[in-house]
Amino acid sequence: MRPVAISVDAPQVSENLRRKVGYTFMFLSDPNTEAIRSYDLLHKGEGENGHDIARPAEFLIDKSGTVRWANLTEDLRIRARPEQMLAAAREVR
Amino acid sequence: MKNWRLWSGFVLSIVAFISYFTFFNRWPITRDIPWVNFILFVVATVLLIAGVRRSQRKIWSGIVAFLGIAIFAFFVFAVTVATKWLPPSHGAPHVGQKAPDFTLLDSNGKSVTLSELLASSPRVLLVFYRGYW
Repeated sequence: MRPVAISVDAPQVSENLRRKVGYTFMFLSDPNTEAIRSYDLLHKGEGENGHDIARPAEFLIDKSGTVRWANLTEDLRIRARPEQMLAAAREVR
Repeated sequence: MKNWRLWSGFVLSIVAFISYFTFFNRWPITRDIPWVNFILFVVATVLLIAGVRRSQRKIWSGIVAFLGIAIFAFFVFAVTVATKWLPPSHGAPHVGQKAPDFTLLDSNGKSVTLSELLASSPRVLLVFYRGYW
């Protein structure tokens, strides 16, 4: 399974975070919220200076491009745990 | 210290607040319902009230107790109301639906398309997050 993190952050911001924390997975930058809007995850005005950002959400996609597992939290405190996402990935062959 | 109950109650209120976001939110058992932090706050509140009762200077100790209890109130608001302010996302792709394709730049400035990623790795986990701006 390949994890891909997506936010409105500029590539350099994500690269700095990646290096600082030591993440090895891919970070994608969506400053114009194109992908974020196509997944209906726009959180209007929540970012710095009233910019739009993504609300947290996780999707597991199989090779046919179909969503096999999705988690749309209703509480910012309660996001998917790594164990949950790995368990979901084990179910999808 | 003359009024250790008051001040330890105040410090405990601050600890109860900060420790949730820095420590207890790491495990679902103490994250989903912040019971450890609620216990800490209750102990803090008892100490604060006991501190005011024993204090000679009711106004000053009352202000400290009020601030400590205000931190508790703000915590309750934060974990029961504020973190639930999220847009509805009814249009998000459901299980069984096609995931919308997209092309975005990775952190090295390289263009990446979801459908191309899926060609090389059969399962992709998209994690949308708020970001650090």
